[in-house]
Amino acid sequence: MTTLTPTKDVLPPPTERSTVLGWMKKNLFGSIGDSILTILGGAFLVWMIYTLIVWITTKAEWAVVTDNLQLFMKGQYPADADWRLWFLLFLLAVIVGLMWGIAIKRPTGAGWTLLIVPIVLAAWLFTLERSSWWRLLVIDVLAIIGYLLGKRYPSKLSRITYLLALLYMPIVILIVRGFGEDGFLFYVPTNLWGGLLLSLLLAIFAIVFSFPIGVLLALGRQSKLPAVKGLSVLYIELIRGVPLITLLFMGQLMLPLFLPAGITIDRVLRAIVAMIMFAAAYMAENVRGGLQSIPKGQYEAADAIGLSGWQKMVFIILPQALRAVIPVLVGQFIGLFKDTTLVALLGLLDLLGIARGVLANPNYIGRQLEVFTFIGLIYWVFSYGMSYGSQRLEAVLGVGER
Amino acid sequence: MSRKVLIVLLVLVIAALAVAACGGKQTPAPTEEAAATQPPAATEQTAAQPTEKPAEQPAAQEGEGTLATVKARGKIICGVNQAVPGFGFLQPDGSFAGFDIDFCKALSAAVFGSPDKVEYRPLNAKQRFTALQSGEIDVLIRNTTWTLTRDTELGANFAPTTFYDGQGIMVRKDSGIKTLEDLQGASICVSSGTTTELNLADQMAARGIEYTPVVFETADETTGAYLDGRCDAYTTDKSGLVARQSMFPNPEEHMILDETLSKEPLGPVVRHGDDQWFDIVKWMVFATFQAEESGVTSQNVDEMKNSDVPTIRKLLGVEGDMGQKLGLDNAWAYNIIKQVGNYAEIYDRNLGPDTVFNLPRGMNSSWKDGGLLYSPPFR
Repeated sequence: MTTLTPTKDVLPPPTERSTVLGWMKKNLFGSIGDSILTILGGAFLVWMIYTLIVWITTKAEWAVVTDNLQLFMKGQYPADADWRLWFLLFLLAVIVGLMWGIAIKRPTGAGWTLLIVPIVLAAWLFTLERSSWWRLLVIDVLAIIGYLLGKRYPSKLSRITYLLALLYMPIVILIVRGFGEDGFLFYVPTNLWGGLLLSLLLAIFAIVFSFPIGVLLALGRQSKLPAVKGLSVLYIELIRGVPLITLLFMGQLMLPLFLPAGITIDRVLRAIVAMIMFAAAYMAENVRGGLQSIPKGQYEAADAIGLSGWQKMVFIILPQALRAVIPVLVGQFIGLFKDTTLVALLGLLDLLGIARGVLANPNYIGRQLEVFTFIGLIYWVFSYGMSYGSQRLEAVLGVGER
Repeated sequence: MSRKVLIVLLVLVIAALAVAACGGKQTPAPTEEAAATQPPAATEQTAAQPTEKPAEQPAAQEGEGTLATVKARGKIICGVNQAVPGFGFLQPDGSFAGFDIDFCKALSAAVFGSPDKVEYRPLNAKQRFTALQSGEIDVLIRNTTWTLTRDTELGANFAPTTFYDGQGIMVRKDSGIKTLEDLQGASICVSSGTTTELNLADQMAARGIEYTPVVFETADETTGAYLDGRCDAYTTDKSGLVARQSMFPNPEEHMILDETLSKEPLGPVVRHGDDQWFDIVKWMVFATFQAEESGVTSQNVDEMKNSDVPTIRKLLGVEGDMGQKLGLDNAWAYNIIKQVGNYAEIYDRNLGPDTVFNLPRGMNSSWKDGGLLYSPPFR
């Protein structure tokens, strides 16, 4: 081939080839000031990580965590009902596996991470010589089976999968709580629920129930009916003007004084209701932000094709509005999850409450750093998981790209 | 707009209050006291609510007071602190343990003949009296100081003191602080919502000493801050100081000032208006005192039943009907001693020489040993 391409005379594009050294020179040591900052910051970072590793491996006494692991995970939940919690985890694994197979159809990085976590935990439990380590592996096995089944028979299994997913929360409550004096699923009073179990239940309930209420309130606030609008505004502004801890205290302390004798509402339930009420008000404002970001043309277009008010909301407006506020909503969910620690102040034994009770044990006194590092890590894992999940969701839904 | 909202809000609140008040009971004018003294509503799903229970007459106590409610429910709800070393904490198996917890168990043994019929309800310092008044708990055994205000305004009745304490101040030895006067201008770490905080303010004001209180929610945070050097001194009850000091990384670097800032008698608390229940809690405590005084322990209690000493025979229910007078089984005190122990056993198990605390008995000895524990006669 001897043909000359016309590009030969054109200058090549500037090379943006970045080597590690080149990048460092440009970004870290660009000037004397930068260099000094880089060296100081780097030294500080190294020192901090070094100190942390030294502390974790040599100075910290992790017996307080390993001895009380059961307590941190499920509080005072009776040991002979442990299998129920495992069953719920297994069920969750199957559902997630099925959904993954039906909807995503391929193993992604996140999927592998989800599979690796139980294996790591199982290995850790194994070193503690606990009998339950293999159950964590069962979770993986079930998830993989679910995934393969879902991938193979997506059309046959999709209905039952989504039904299971919808029913999962009621099933959780039914099984965790139980009923009857004794027998297979004996009743476990809520004062025995604790640790991570209670924290998660509080958070999930608050999130799941506050969401629809919040959406309704947001729609109510936009309503043209003065009564609906007034009540929505009143509710939102009233609840948003009060700190969550106040609502929790009202529920725990004021409510019993007002209720007629003989009628009491479960303590945990009162906390959940307070959290739902609180979260719903904030949720409403977040959703309203989404609603107001929808151009008027969308409403008019929906009207033009003859959709009813409900259809307009459900098919046109809400899907767009909610998609726009996913980051805000997830931010709120994460906040809500961490806010569940407030119930420790009411004497409920959530993860933080358990931690305080364990720290008062004469055998473990002075082990605050270990315990709080441990529960801090748990909170971080769940919060980061939510954050990561929302990023994936945004990517899938194409937020900000359309 | 905002004005309208306010009016609507006001109307709603009033309506809610009216509904709550009227819906509650048929009896006229439910005052706050009535609410405070009404029998505690049995918790959640325990079913079998005796329908005749809420008769709302605080006077009509026979068979309708706390004891009846507790028996119908099948367990005592005991307000505790789940985070005081030695007094109340969680064990790895999920059970509660500690000095205060043992008195909950003793009460359960007296009422039910078994120490396990207790539901422990962890409470914080600010919450405890409301929980007692609203009937959420039957008895409060949570290192609570007996004061005149609490005894009257807060509608509480204090059973005999189970632990005599006093507020002290801990400082670093190298700080050169030897007396309270040396604390001029110092910052002092203290837990919030406790009598400790008020006492400190009173005592320092009386002596004209200026200081900066640094307030924390829990004892752990308070000691942590003191150890981190955020305050010059740390104050709480002396028992707490001794216990904490024994667990410091370098206990010998700290000292407790000789001065005692306050009297802190800690004991069980019940609601005003139920004398029978008050008597039961009172004599439950006395039974542990008397058992120590008479040398009855959980080990020898069965042999002691054959004792000739009238006090012991009456205490253990071999003779007389002390239990029935309280509305309990005659073996009530026997059950306490057998299942939980006498005062010395409870003390040693939680705070004594075999524990990390190794607290000297001091004022908390039997009156025969020069202490303050003195039980009225069992006859």
